[in-house]
Amino acid sequence: MKVFQFFLLAILAAMLFYTVLELPPRGELDAPSNRYVSLAETQVAGPYYIQNAYADAKTPNMVAVILADYRSVDTLGEVVVVFAGMMVCFFILRRRPW
Amino acid sequence: MVGQTQSPIIEVAARWLAPAIQLIGIYVFFHGHYGPGGGFQGGVLLAAGVLLLRMSMGAIPSQAQVSSRAAVILCALGAMIFLGTGLAALSGGYFMDYEALPVSWFDGPGMRYYGILFIEVGITIAVMTGLIAIYDDLLGINNARDN
Repeated sequence: MKVFQFFLLAILAAMLFYTVLELPPRGELDAPSNRYVSLAETQVAGPYYIQNAYADAKTPNMVAVILADYRSVDTLGEVVVVFAGMMVCFFILRRRPW
Repeated sequence: MVGQTQSPIIEVAARWLAPAIQLIGIYVFFHGHYGPGGGFQGGVLLAAGVLLLRMSMGAIPSQAQVSSRAAVILCALGAMIFLGTGLAALSGGYFMDYEALPVSWFDGPGMRYYGILFIEVGITIAVMTGLIAIYDDLLGINNARDN
């Protein structure tokens, strides 16, 4: 069993290192995440964010602009999930007086 | 779970470690504007600091920092900061359009900058106190004096 675990870990590590070595360099224009069209030849939103995120919100972190401005309703949903989990635990488990 | 721990080593170590964790949490929260970080990550670190005190010092002494009742109220307040910012923007534009907020202190991108910062404050408060409230509910901790 120990030998099996070792080989499984070695295979997973080899897959990880192979994937990391095959990653395109940062900012490469031909990388799929930086193209203007997807593999299905449709327009994608990524280059728009890269070009306009700082001009729109003056925030250096592009990810923060996307999460909190362009996609803020999605982030609101995440906060509502946390709040709903808190409320469920509160109503089911909390002892009185609260 | 309720009484203080028997070991003074754990108590002294946690007393020094918890403020450091919370300081790193605040740093991660403010660093969300410039790099990896943000409200969720910073809120989780702040909650980790409080929960370390809950586990090491005991439930009753650690109520002085964030009490179980305040955790529930602050979680609702954090979610309302986020939702209220979005609803306030409805007065002059679209939902969550920070440029349309009914204040005129900054230009458009500046409004978005501070809008992002403001809702990150709400996220941090909601995530931090939400995790604390869930922990307190699961362990049966509350403000009552008899436990």
